[in-house]
Amino acid sequence: MSAELYYKSASELSGLLDRKEISSVELTQSVIDRTKAVDDLVQAFNSFDEENALAQAEESDARRKRGESLGSLDGIPVGIKDVLAVKDQPLTCSSKILADFVSPYDATCIQKLKRSGAVLWGRLNMDEFAMGSSTENSATKITGNPWKLDCIPGGSSGGSAAAVSAGEAIVSLGSDTGGSIRQPASHCGIVGLKPTYGRVSRYGLAAFASSLDQVGPMGRTVWDTAALLQSISGHDPNDSTSYRIDVPDYVQAIEQLKGRKWTFGLPKEYFENAEDTASMGPVKEAIEFYKSLGCEIKEVSLPHTAYAVATYYIVATAEASSNLARYDGIRYTHRAESFDAKDSVDIYRQSRAEGFGNEVKRRVLLGTYVLSSGYYDAYYLKAQKTRTLIRRDFEEAFRDVDALLTPTAPSPAFKRGAHSGDPLSMYLSDIYTISANLAGIPGLSVPCGYVDGLPVGLQILGKPFKEDEILAMGNEFESAHNFKNEHPSL
Amino acid sequence: MAEAPHIDIDKVAELARIALTDEEKTKFSSQLESILGYIDKLNELDTTNVEPTAHPHSVENVWREDRATSELPTSEALKNAPKQRQNMFVVPKVVE
Amino acid sequence: MEYEAVIGLEVHVQIKTESKIFSGSRSGYGYEPNTLVDPVVLGLPGSLPVMNKTALDGIIKAGLALNCTIPDYCKWDRKNYFYPDSPNNYQITQYDQPICDGGFVEIEMKGETRAVMGSHRKVALTRIHLENDVGKLNHFAEDSLVDYNRAFTPLMEIVSEPDMHSGAEAFAFLTAIRQTMIYCGISDCDMEKGQMRADANISVRPVGQKELGAKIELKNLNSITGVKNGIEYEIKRQTQELKKGRTMTQATWRWDADLGRTELMREKEDAHDYRYFPDPDLMPVRIDDEWRERIRCEIPELPFDKQRRFMEQYEIPYSITSVLVPDWELSEYFESAAKKAPKCAQAIGNYVTNDLLRELSESNTALSECKISPDGLLSLVEVIEKGVITKQIAKDVFIEMFNTGESATEVIERKGLKPDFDEGQVKDWCQEAVDENPRPVEDFRSGNEKALNALLGQVMKKSRGKANPQIVQGLLKELLS
Repeated sequence: MSAELYYKSASELSGLLDRKEISSVELTQSVIDRTKAVDDLVQAFNSFDEENALAQAEESDARRKRGESLGSLDGIPVGIKDVLAVKDQPLTCSSKILADFVSPYDATCIQKLKRSGAVLWGRLNMDEFAMGSSTENSATKITGNPWKLDCIPGGSSGGSAAAVSAGEAIVSLGSDTGGSIRQPASHCGIVGLKPTYGRVSRYGLAAFASSLDQVGPMGRTVWDTAALLQSISGHDPNDSTSYRIDVPDYVQAIEQLKGRKWTFGLPKEYFENAEDTASMGPVKEAIEFYKSLGCEIKEVSLPHTAYAVATYYIVATAEASSNLARYDGIRYTHRAESFDAKDSVDIYRQSRAEGFGNEVKRRVLLGTYVLSSGYYDAYYLKAQKTRTLIRRDFEEAFRDVDALLTPTAPSPAFKRGAHSGDPLSMYLSDIYTISANLAGIPGLSVPCGYVDGLPVGLQILGKPFKEDEILAMGNEFESAHNFKNEHPSL
Repeated sequence: MAEAPHIDIDKVAELARIALTDEEKTKFSSQLESILGYIDKLNELDTTNVEPTAHPHSVENVWREDRATSELPTSEALKNAPKQRQNMFVVPKVVE
Repeated sequence: MEYEAVIGLEVHVQIKTESKIFSGSRSGYGYEPNTLVDPVVLGLPGSLPVMNKTALDGIIKAGLALNCTIPDYCKWDRKNYFYPDSPNNYQITQYDQPICDGGFVEIEMKGETRAVMGSHRKVALTRIHLENDVGKLNHFAEDSLVDYNRAFTPLMEIVSEPDMHSGAEAFAFLTAIRQTMIYCGISDCDMEKGQMRADANISVRPVGQKELGAKIELKNLNSITGVKNGIEYEIKRQTQELKKGRTMTQATWRWDADLGRTELMREKEDAHDYRYFPDPDLMPVRIDDEWRERIRCEIPELPFDKQRRFMEQYEIPYSITSVLVPDWELSEYFESAAKKAPKCAQAIGNYVTNDLLRELSESNTALSECKISPDGLLSLVEVIEKGVITKQIAKDVFIEMFNTGESATEVIERKGLKPDFDEGQVKDWCQEAVDENPRPVEDFRSGNEKALNALLGQVMKKSRGKANPQIVQGLLKELLS
C-alpha cells in the first residue's frame, strides 16, 4: 500500500472495504492510533471515544459481511465539528457555557450519516460558537495548523480541517457561516464545501446566524467531499429553511461533467488592487489551468463587494445575539457559582459572563446593539437591504458565467495571535468567503498551491443548488495536480 | 457620516445579560465603536425601494400537520439541568 | 368633576391543537412536569421551529369570527427578553404584520332583568396575532421551579382598542370572546387551566378631556368575574386618587381576588427593549382567498346571531335563549327537537332549560351522555300536547326517561300512566264530585271561582291523577252552569 490507511481517500478505502482487503475496525484503529500519535501536537479534538468508534466499526464490518453495506461511507471514520448534536455525546461548541452538555438528540445530518454507516469519530475543536476565523476563540484548546503548528488552522471549523489534513479523520463535517469551512480547508490544504443555503438541514446545528449557517463536508479529495455531501443533503421537515429540491448524485456528476468547457467569471472587485493578496499567485495559476482546458474566463463585476463585511457583521451578530440568549444558566448550561439570588436577573449576567469568551461577548453585544430600539432601521434593516443588493450582484454575474473563481482567503494561515486585540482586521480576512453566505450560494475550496510552505485554496462559487457543477470543476483541477497526495509532515 | 458612533455599553450589556468588568467595558466599547465606524460605510448606499432579504431562498407556507410526535423522556430533558427538583428546573425566586 | 374610565384588554387564548405550535410534542394541561417537552420546547442548541398548520387555521378562524381582516401576508418575529419560563429567551410572535387586523367583538350588556335582553354594542379590536406560550413558574419560599409543558402551546393575543368604559363591559367582552371561541371549536377558554388569560389597561380622565389618563396595567385577573371586579376596583381607586388632586403615574398593579383589592407590582420601568426582528428560522405565511373561504365555511352560526334567530324563528322568549345559546351543545339539542315541531318550541325550550338542565346537574351528567335524545324529548312534549298525559305525570315520565333512556310512550306503557278510562267516565266522576261536595259547589255558584279547584282535586283523585285537568275544569263548569 502506498500510504497509511489514515491517509487514504474514502473512495479508495471503500473499495478496500468492499473487497474485504481491510476491515472498518482496522481502518478505525489506524485513525485512532494516528490521532493519539499526533493530536498532542495538532490539538484538533475536543473529545473522542475510541470504544464507541470501534463498536461502530464492528457493526459496519458485520453489515458488510452480511452483504448489507450502506454505501461508500459505510465504515469510514468521519470527524464531527463540536457544533452538531449527536445523541448521548457532548456538544460543547468549544464554549465553557456548554462544557458539560450532553445532547439528548441527533442532528438531522448526523442521523443521515448514521444511516450511511459512517463511523462517527470525535468532536472537533472550533471557534467558540463558530465565531472566528482561526479557532483561537475556542475555550477548549488551541488547534495548530498541521503544516506549521504555530500557525492557525483557520476557522471556525479549524479542528475539522486540521484533523483531516493530519490524518486524524478521513473526512469531517464542518459548518460555514461566513467561510468557516472554506477558509480552514484552504489553510490546511484540504477540500471544503459550503452547500447552498437550504441544501443541508440545520436541525441539530447549534445556531450562530440562522440565515447564513450551513453544515458542509470537508475531505482530502473532491470525490470524498462529494460523497459526504451526498449523505447529509436533502429536505428535512424539521428545518423550515431546508429546501425541497432533488439531490443529484454528486459522485456520478463529477464523472458526467468531466471535460465540460465551463465559463468562469473573475469578479473584478476581488482581483483589482490585490497586490497585498498573498494567495493570488497560485490562484492565478489555477485560472491559467482552466484556460488551458479550453474554458472561457470572463471578468464580471460584483459592485457591492465592499459592503459585504459590514452587512455580514450586522446580520450575523444580530441573529447570534438572539440565538445565544438560550445559553442562560437555567436549563442545561453552565450556571455561575455565585450570583445575587435576590436579583432575578443576576443569574443570567454572571453565568453568561463566566460562560462566554471575549469574541462571543463582543458579537452578542454588537448584535444586541444593532437590534436595540432606535437602531433597527439604521443597522439591521439596512443590512437586509444591502444583502438584497449583494444577492442580485451574484444573480447578475451568473447570467454570463457558470461559476466564479477567487482566492478562498487573502493569505495563507497566519501565526497564532497575529490578529488578537484587533477584531476588525480579522473580520476583514473573510472578505472572499462572506458574500457566498449572504447570497446563499455554494462555494468550494480546493488546494491550489503553496505560499511560504503553507497551502492555499482556490474558491469556486457556484449557482444556487449547483454543488454538482462546482465539485466537477474542482475535480478537474484536482485530477491534474498532485495536491491531494501531499500531506504535512508531522 | 456624522459623528463617530457612541455605544452605551452599560445599557447594551444589561440587555444582553452579560456582566462586564470596568476594564471590559472600556475595551469592548472602543472595539465595538471601531467596528460600528466601519459598518457606517453602508450609509453610502441608497437602499430606498430595495426589499430586505430575510432568507437567501425564501419560500412561503412551510408547515407541518398537527400531529404529536415523540417527546423527550423527562430524565433526558433534565439531565443537563444545573439544578433540579421534583422534575423541574430550579431557578432563583422570581419576584414579579 | 365627573370622571370616566377608558379600558383596553389584551386577551390571550390558547388554540386547541394536538401538538405544539412549533414542534411535535403534545399540547395539554395537567400532565406531570416536563413530560410534554422536546428539543424545541426546551430551546436546546440546534433545535428549530416548524409551524403547526392547525394553529394557523385556528387563528384565521378566530379572526374571521371576530370580523378581522386577514391580510395576504404575515411573518414571524422574535421578541427578545430574558425570563426563566421562556426557553429560548425570545418569544416567536408577530410584530408589525399580524395575521389578523382590526375587527370587533359584539357584546351584550346585562338587561334590566333576566328576562330582558340587554343593549348590544361593538368593541373595536386592534389586532390578533399568534405566538408561542411560555412555561410555568411555581413559586416557593426560597426559589422557583420551572415546568416547560405549557411552553410552545399555540397562543393567540387578542388586543382590543381602548374602547371599553366599565368592568361590566370588560366582562361582556370576555364572555363574548369565550363563547365565540367555544362555538368555533378554537379553544375551550377555561381560565382555570390558563386557556384564556386577560390583562387590562385602565386609565381614568375627566369627562370631556381628549387625552387618555396615565395607563395602569392590571394583572392577575384569573377569572371573568375577576376581570370585572378588578377593573371596577381600579376605576374607583383611580377616580378617588384624582379627586384628591393626586396625579396617576404609569404602573403595573395586581388584582388580589381574595382580598378584593389591587396592589402595586411595579412603578413605570424603563420601556422594554424587545429588539424585535424577523425570525430567520421560519418562512412567512401567504394566505389566499381560497384558504380564507375554506376557513370561513367552517365557522358556525355565532351566538348572538343564533339567539336572534331562535327568538324570531321559534318565538321563544329571551330568557330561554339566554340559557340555551351560551351553550352550543344545548342550543343544538334544543334546535334538533324544535325544528321538527316549531309549534312546540316553547315547551321544548322549557323542558331543556328547566328539567333537563336540573337533572343533568343533579346527576352530574354531560349533555353528550344524556339518555334522552332530542327526538325522545319531542315525543314527550307531543304526548302532553295531545293530552295523553298530564303535565304533572309528564314530570315523572321525564325522570324515568332520563334514567332509563326509554321513549315517552315506553315509560307510559310500562308504568300504566295512560288513562284507562274514557271521557264518559270522567263525566261521571265530575258528577260524583259535584254531588259529594255541596260546599264548594255553593261557593262557586256564589262567585268564588277558586272553589272549582276543590272539585277538580276530587276528580283528579278519582282518576288517580290521570285525567286532564283542563278537560275536567271544562266539564265541571258545564255541570255547574
